[in-house]
Amino acid sequence: MKNIKFLIVGIFFGIILSKAEVISWYRIYEMFKFQSFHMYGVIGSAVVLGSILMILFKKGIIKTYFGHKIHVDPKKKGFKRNMFGGIIFGLGWALGGACPGPMFILLGRGAAAIVIVLIGALFGAFLYHATKKHLPH
Amino acid sequence: MDFILQPWPWYVAGPLITLVMFLLFYLGKKFGVSSNLETICAIGGAGKIVDFFKFDWHKNTWNLMFILGTVIGGFITYQWLTPSEVVAINPQAVQDLADLGFQNAGAQYLPDEIFSTDTMFSLKGFLILIIAGILVGFGSRYAGGCTSGHGIVGLSNLEIPSLISVIGFFIGGLIMTWLLLPLIF
Repeated sequence: MKNIKFLIVGIFFGIILSKAEVISWYRIYEMFKFQSFHMYGVIGSAVVLGSILMILFKKGIIKTYFGHKIHVDPKKKGFKRNMFGGIIFGLGWALGGACPGPMFILLGRGAAAIVIVLIGALFGAFLYHATKKHLPH
Repeated sequence: MDFILQPWPWYVAGPLITLVMFLLFYLGKKFGVSSNLETICAIGGAGKIVDFFKFDWHKNTWNLMFILGTVIGGFITYQWLTPSEVVAINPQAVQDLADLGFQNAGAQYLPDEIFSTDTMFSLKGFLILIIAGILVGFGSRYAGGCTSGHGIVGLSNLEIPSLISVIGFFIGGLIMTWLLLPLIF
């Protein structure tokens, strides 16, 4: 089972987001109300440290376990796809209080209602690919 | 042990999320949760209807293992590492939510007004849950990433598409929180 290491990293990620209350609907509400620094601190500190990590990758100071240079694939360019997709995502994030990672973590807590959100998310991803020909990118 | 049982502050959680991103890169992969939605659709046979889903999903097995891990992590934390369900949110948020009809905001991780069993089987409650999911699934794949792929990896890599997406996340989130939630509740 060569994939077991990813299971372990996933367990670690699930514990982090649970313990930091990032999976709480209330923390997302509070963030969008600008009533707490918590979520900004979590995402902000991850990004600041992450950007240092990216420099170390680019300079080849940190390589993969296999000894390869780490190359980060760039995201797809296009203002409309990123802006419109982002806005639609944001509407759902603030309504359900969960982005995809927390949806799976909440499933592990036995929150039955999250099953409906997850089914919606799967259908949403399907719907995008079924309709993308007609969407502005 | 006491520290582990307390809620973790942002300056612990943020660097640990960076560590998760590092571990995945170190193992030759890239951190991103929402692409799993497409993988699960492909496994479920969506390729019969939409050609996009005909890709060989086996290459993404590592990521399915990762999200299976997050489910287990959620279970472990819920069972053994969370003695108190109270989320210490800003008292002003508690008041604002009370005005919308949310009782005891912050008493547990999820509000009963959206996630209780009674609510999920009501028409309005079901629609809120399913629509929230559809928006997240549709939007994340339209934008090509969610909070992990765009918010953490993309911003760390100083990518303009990710900056645009995150600005979009906030425009959508602010519209929902400030304008639509007061109409829905």
